[in-house]
Amino acid sequence: MAEQALEGLKVIEYGNLIAGPYCTKTMAALGAEVIKIEPPEGDEARRMGPFLNDVPHHERSGLFLYMNVNKLGVTLNLRTRAGMKIFHELIKDADIFVENNTPQVANELGIDYPSLKEINPKLIMTSITPYGQTGLYRNYKAHDLNLIHSGGFAYINGDPDNEPVKPGGQQAGYVSALKAAAATMCALYYRGQTGIGQHVDISMQEVVISITEGTIGMWSCGRSIRRREGSQFPGIPFISLYPCKDGYIGAAAATPPQWKGFLEMLGNPDWLSDPNYESIAYRMFQYNDLMAHEPKLKDWLAQRNKLDIYHTAQSKHVPYCPVLDIEELVNHPQLDALGFFLDIEHPETGKLKYPGWPFTLDETPWVVSRSAPLLGQHNVEIYCDRLGYSKQDLRILRETGAI
Amino acid sequence: MAKRALDGLRVADFSWIETGPYLTQYLVENGAEIIKIESMKRIDMVRQVMGPVEVSPFERGVNMGGMFSEMHRDKLSCTLDLTHPKGVELTKEIIKISDVIVENFPPRVMKNFGLDYDVVKEIKPDIIYLSMPGFGSTGPEMDYVSFGTIQVCLTGLAHLNGYVDGPPIRPPTSYGDPTNAMFGAFLILAALDYRRRTGKGQHLETVLWTSVSAVLGEIIMDYTMNSRSQTKMGNRDSSMAPHGCYRCLGENQWVSIAVGSDDEWKVFCHAVGHPEWLEWEMFVDSLSRWKNQSALNLLIEQWTGQLTPYMVTYILQRAGIAAAPSFTNEELIHNPHLDSRGFWFEPDHPALGKRIVPGLNWRLSETPGEIHRGGPLLGEHNDYVFGELLKMPKEEIDRLVAEEVIY
Repeated sequence: MAEQALEGLKVIEYGNLIAGPYCTKTMAALGAEVIKIEPPEGDEARRMGPFLNDVPHHERSGLFLYMNVNKLGVTLNLRTRAGMKIFHELIKDADIFVENNTPQVANELGIDYPSLKEINPKLIMTSITPYGQTGLYRNYKAHDLNLIHSGGFAYINGDPDNEPVKPGGQQAGYVSALKAAAATMCALYYRGQTGIGQHVDISMQEVVISITEGTIGMWSCGRSIRRREGSQFPGIPFISLYPCKDGYIGAAAATPPQWKGFLEMLGNPDWLSDPNYESIAYRMFQYNDLMAHEPKLKDWLAQRNKLDIYHTAQSKHVPYCPVLDIEELVNHPQLDALGFFLDIEHPETGKLKYPGWPFTLDETPWVVSRSAPLLGQHNVEIYCDRLGYSKQDLRILRETGAI
Repeated sequence: MAKRALDGLRVADFSWIETGPYLTQYLVENGAEIIKIESMKRIDMVRQVMGPVEVSPFERGVNMGGMFSEMHRDKLSCTLDLTHPKGVELTKEIIKISDVIVENFPPRVMKNFGLDYDVVKEIKPDIIYLSMPGFGSTGPEMDYVSFGTIQVCLTGLAHLNGYVDGPPIRPPTSYGDPTNAMFGAFLILAALDYRRRTGKGQHLETVLWTSVSAVLGEIIMDYTMNSRSQTKMGNRDSSMAPHGCYRCLGENQWVSIAVGSDDEWKVFCHAVGHPEWLEWEMFVDSLSRWKNQSALNLLIEQWTGQLTPYMVTYILQRAGIAAAPSFTNEELIHNPHLDSRGFWFEPDHPALGKRIVPGLNWRLSETPGEIHRGGPLLGEHNDYVFGELLKMPKEEIDRLVAEEVIY
C-alpha cells in the first residue's frame, strides 16, 4: 500500500450525526487513525434512517454507515468517573480531538478545551457547534433546518410568494464538517511549524452564511435585500431551470463564447440577433426586453429531451446541464468513469454501494480500510491491547455502565 | 502583526470565478500569501459582478466588482499573458518560489499553457498542485463546460430542492463552488503535512460535481440500499414534526421550528399556550403528528402569525425548543449574536471604499485569522511580484509591460 497523507495522525472523535463524524471521516480517508467514541447507547445517527430495507436497526443506518467508514469504534460513558479517566488516557496520546456538542454540554462533561489542554498541551481540539463558542446564541438549540434558516440560505431559496425553504439533506452539517476539516488541518500545519496546539471554533451558522455567495454583498454594495426568485438567477436573463420533454434542464450562457454557442444551438434566431447581447453586462441592462422573449426559449426546450439538449449544448461549450434524480445520478456514465461509487462490505448489511470521495491524491491515494464500526467493536483492541486494561477490568467497566 | 497559522506559505493562484477563489480566501486570512495570476486577456468575470449601485455597470471596469473584492480580500494580483512564451517563463519563476498551485480550469487548459503538473514538478519537485475541474480529468464528459450554479443540476441537489410535490428549484447559489473549495483546502493542508514529514509534493484533484453529490450521502444510500429515489421535502423532515418554516408578523417574516421527541412536544404545546393539543388524538404521538403535519402547521402558523420571528425564537428557546428566524442579508448584518462574535469585517478598497464582508471562515484560538483590505486591483502587485520577489530590474518590467507580456 502507498503511504498515506495523514499516516500516524491520531484523532479522537466524540461526534454525533454529521458535523463531527463527517469531519473526521475526511481524515480517516487519508490514513489518520480515528477512534470514534460513542456513548453506550450509540451515536444518534444509528437511530436515524435510511435503514436497510426500511427496518430500523442500529447497525443498518445508511447515515451512520456512510459517516463512519474507516474508523475504530469504542463505547464510553463520559458521565462516569471511570469513563472520564479512560477518555483522558485517550486524549493524552491524541493529536486531534473533534466534537460537536453544545458548549454547555461540553463544559458539563468536562471535555472543554481548557481542561483537555492541561492533559495534552499540543492537542488540537475542534468544536463544531450551532452558533459557536461565544456570543448570545451560543447555547441555542438547533437542528439542521434552523441553521439553514438562521444562516440566511433559506431566505433566498424558493419561490417569492412561498416560504423560505431548506435544500435537500442535512447541508448545514455537511458543509460545517468540511470547513472544520480544513480548519483542523490549518491548525495542524501551524503545530507542525511550532509545536503549538489550539482550539478551533466552528459556528455552523457562520458556515452557512459563507455559502450564501454574494448575498451579503448585495446588501453591502447595493443596500438591497436579496429575495427568493425561484430558479431565476438574479439579474441575468436565461440562467434558470426550464421544463423540457422529459424533465428539467439547467440553462446558462455567460461568457461571449458561451453566448455564441447558445445562439448556434438555437439556430441563430432573429430575436437574439443584436450583437451587443454578447456582453453579459448588456444582457443584464436589457433584462426586461430579453425576458419578454423567454417563452420562445421555453418552447424550444420543451420540445426536446434533457440529455439531447445537454450533449448538444456542451458540444458547443454551452454549460447546460440536466436535472438528474438520484437514480440517474448513481447510474451516470461520467461518475462511473470517475469511480465515484464503491462497494463496501459490512457484517450486518453485506456489500453495499457507497458514494466515495470527490478527490484524488496521486502520491498518497485515499483508501477504504474498513466499514463503519459496530457499536463498541474495538473496545477490546483499544482498552485492553492499547491502554492495558484486562478483560476482567472491561467486564467491570461494562457492568458499571462506564463503557 | 500577530502570528498566523499559515505565515510563510505562498500560493500561485491561477483560479478564477468562484471555487478556487473561495479556497484561497480560506488560506489568505490565515496568513498565506496568495498571488493571483491573471490577465487582461482573460478577465475573471467576477471582477464585473455586483458593483456599487451608484456607478453604472458600464463604468465599473474591472476594479469595482463587489463580489470579487469580497472573495479576493487580502490577495495579491499580478498580470501575465500565458499565451505568450515569456509570460509562461515568468510564471515558472513564480512557481519556483511557491509552495502550492491552485487552478480550476477544464483539464486541457493548463496543459495548453505548458503548465500542467508533469511540467511543473520538473522545475519545483515538491509543489502541491491542486486542480479543480468541474467534471474530473477522465471520462466521456471531462471536457464539458462547468458553470457552478447550473452544474448543481447534475449532482442531485437541484432535484431535491423545492417544495413537496413541486418542480425542482435551482439552488440560489452555486452550491458546488464553496463545497468543492472546502474539500480542496482540506486536501492541500493535509498534503502539506505529508510534505513536512517526507519532503514530497503531489498532484491533487477535486471534482465540483461529486463534491456536491458526496454531501448527499444518506440520500444516495437510501437509493443503493432500498432503491428509493428521494425527492423534494420542502422544510419537512423524514421523521420529525412539527418541522417547518412559519409565517410571522410583518412582511415576509419567517421562523423555523423543529420539535423532536414527545417530551419536546409537551414543552412546545405549553410554550405556545396550547396545552389542549396534547389531548388531541391527531397529535397524540410522533407518528400521528408526522402524518397530520399539514393540519399541525396551520395551527402553529396561527400562533406565529401574531408574533415576530425574534419573539417566537425567544419564547421557544427559553423553553428549550429549537427555533430560529429565517434571516435576510440585512438582518444578519445587524444581528446581535454575530455582532457579539465580531463576525463582520469592513475592509477598505481603493475603488469601492469600505464594504461589509462575511467574516472569518474559521476561528483558531492561538492564531486568529485577519481581514485587512478588499480585493486587489488588476495587476496591483506587479511591482512587488516582479520587482521584489523575482528581483527583475525596473526597465525590464517596463519593457514587458510595453510588450504586453505583463498584461
